[in-house]
Formats: sequence, structure tokens, C-alpha cells
Amino acid sequence: MSDPPHLAHHFDTPEQQFASGKLGMWIFLATEILFFGGLFVAYAVYRANHPEIFDFAHTLLDKRLGGLNTVVLITSSFTMALGVRYAQLGQTRKLVTSLIATLVLAGGFLGVKAVEYEHKWKHGLLWGEHYQSHEGHDAHGDGHAEDAHTEGAHAEEPAGDERSNIAPSATGPTGLAKPGQHDPVDDHAEPDNVHIFFGIYFSMTGLHGVHVIIGMGLILWLILRARRKEFVDGYFTPVDLVGLYWHLVDLIWIFLFPLLYLIK
Amino acid sequence: MSDEHADTAGHGSVGHVVPMPLLVGVFASLLVLTVVTVAVTYVDLGSLNLLVAMGVAVVKGSLVVLFFMHLAWDRPFNAVVFITALLFVTLFITFILLDTKQYQPDIIPGQAPALERR
Repeated sequence: MSDPPHLAHHFDTPEQQFASGKLGMWIFLATEILFFGGLFVAYAVYRANHPEIFDFAHTLLDKRLGGLNTVVLITSSFTMALGVRYAQLGQTRKLVTSLIATLVLAGGFLGVKAVEYEHKWKHGLLWGEHYQSHEGHDAHGDGHAEDAHTEGAHAEEPAGDERSNIAPSATGPTGLAKPGQHDPVDDHAEPDNVHIFFGIYFSMTGLHGVHVIIGMGLILWLILRARRKEFVDGYFTPVDLVGLYWHLVDLIWIFLFPLLYLIK
Repeated sequence: MSDEHADTAGHGSVGHVVPMPLLVGVFASLLVLTVVTVAVTYVDLGSLNLLVAMGVAVVKGSLVVLFFMHLAWDRPFNAVVFITALLFVTLFITFILLDTKQYQPDIIPGQAPALERR
């Protein structure tokens, strides 16, 4: 017997080992799809019932940054696919180059995302302050507001009116889009509960972002192993499986992008 | 067995290797479709906009799954697993939407359902 060193004792052949690993990965990806499925359901229900909020809120997102990130992530998927090909062919140098390119692009994706999140943060579109109890100021709100809003950020605004919490968003994040682009926003009154759109937005993009971070860790691990020349002589299973994961991250973004950024 | 593994240049033990022109073609198509899906938002098609956006996303997703994720040449059972997951998400969304459309008209705005206003 001259079994290759990567063949675990409980498998008969490397082919069987590879097929088992791949099946396991596809089952994991199926659970990932179901995992994100819950968030897509939340999106679908809220959009079906409150389309006006989505029509309004997506104007606060920048299509160009979202589009840029789509291109970045698709490119990283392409370099990952190249990496799998080079791993299959045992071309370690090209494999390492492809993986490093993928890692850099993933970092770029998170960088753009950080810029977007920062604008939301600065304009008070994070979710936290909107989920406070109404107990303290439900009557007319004159005098109880300070209890709930200790931050002082909204001290000058009329208390008890939920809409006052999200008023700053009406101007849109500055530096993201030209002022004229938000004319529809000025024409129409801002609907209530815009923050729920942003709750959904942050849940979906945040969970996706966590997947990107995990993927970056996995790609780094592949780079280290590839540099030790472990992916030669037909052994490339880890590269293939991480590749599948990375493409799924891309796949989910392909759906998130139009749903969140391209509503109209 | 080890001879088979030395054959790394061809389609031997490593299974099917996706040809380079196909990878580049898929990549180019994905970029073109991204431009298309952004461009179409500048045209007001009413409710068709959502359908077009989702249609383009499905085409892009299919390209990724079939070629980047290798499912076109994979064992069919992996495709069964994947499609099953998609099917159940579709069922989930469909039934939840039917449900919410049924009950949403009964909800009084501004109040949690079935809670008395204090």
C-alpha cells in the first residue's frame, strides 16, 4: 500500500475522502442558506407590509459604494476560483498569489463596509436608541424624555415623538451622495419606523460581514498551509472547501445588494 | 495509487479542472450583470424593477454556483442538498408572506397586537 499521507485511515481512497468532505461542506452551506433565510423572511415580511419605508430608507444607502463592494466581492470570488484551479494543478506559487489577492479584496470589502457603517453611525441610524421602553414618556412626553434619553443628543428635540429620534437621517449621510439626489426625500414626509429598515440592514450586512471575517481567517490559514507546500500531488480538499464557503458569501451578497441598495 | 496522484497536470485524481477561459467568461458576465442591475434602477418600471433585480441576481447566483462552485460537474447529490435548502427557504418565505398578508389588516397601527392600551 502506498497511500498518500493525507488519506485518513477511515477512508478507502482519496476520492472517497474528497467526496465525503465535499458533501459535508454542501450540507453546511445548506444550513447557512437556511440561517440567512430567516433574515430574508424578516426582510420580505417588513417590505410587504411597509413598502414606503423601504422606498424612503434605501435612499440613505449609497448605490455606488454598494456596487463597488459587489465588484470587489465578485473579483475575490474569481481569484478564489483561480486558486482552486491552481491547487488542483499543484501550482503552489500561483495558488498563494491568488489567495493573497482574495484576502486583500476581502479586506477591501470590509473597508468599504466600515466607511458605510461609519456614516450610518454618525447620522444616528444605529438601532440601539430606538429600542427603549416607551413606559416613561407615553402620555405627552413633556418632562419624562430625559429619563429615556440620557445621551443628551436629542435633548433639544420634542420628547415623546419617536420620529424626532430619526430626524437627522432625513438629510442623508453627507459625503455619500450629492444633496440634489435626495430631493424625493424632501418632497415626501419621512415614514415612521425607518429604523426598522436599518435594523434589518445591519442584521443582514452584519451577519454577512461576520462571514467575510471568518472567511478571511480561513484564507489566511490556506495561505500558511500552501506556503508549506501542503497542496501538491492532488491534495487540495481544504482549498476547495474554503472556496465553496467563499463563493457562498459572494452568492449571499449578490442577493443582498439589490434587495438593500437597489429598491428603486 | 501514487502514480495517479503524480498526474496533476490533467484531469486525473483531482477531478474536473475548470478551464481558464470559462472562469474568465463567468467573471466578465458577473461584472456585466452587476452594471446591468445598477443601470436598470435608473429606469422606473414600477413593480417590474424588483422582478428584474431578482432575475439578474438569480442569473448571477446560478453562474457562481454552477461554475465557481463547480456544481455543474459535481456529484448530483450535492446539488440535491443545495436545491433542498433553497426550496425550504422559498417555502418559508411564501407561507410567511401568505400569513402576514392575511393578518396584517387586523393590526391596529401603533399598538402591539392583542395588548390593551394603557
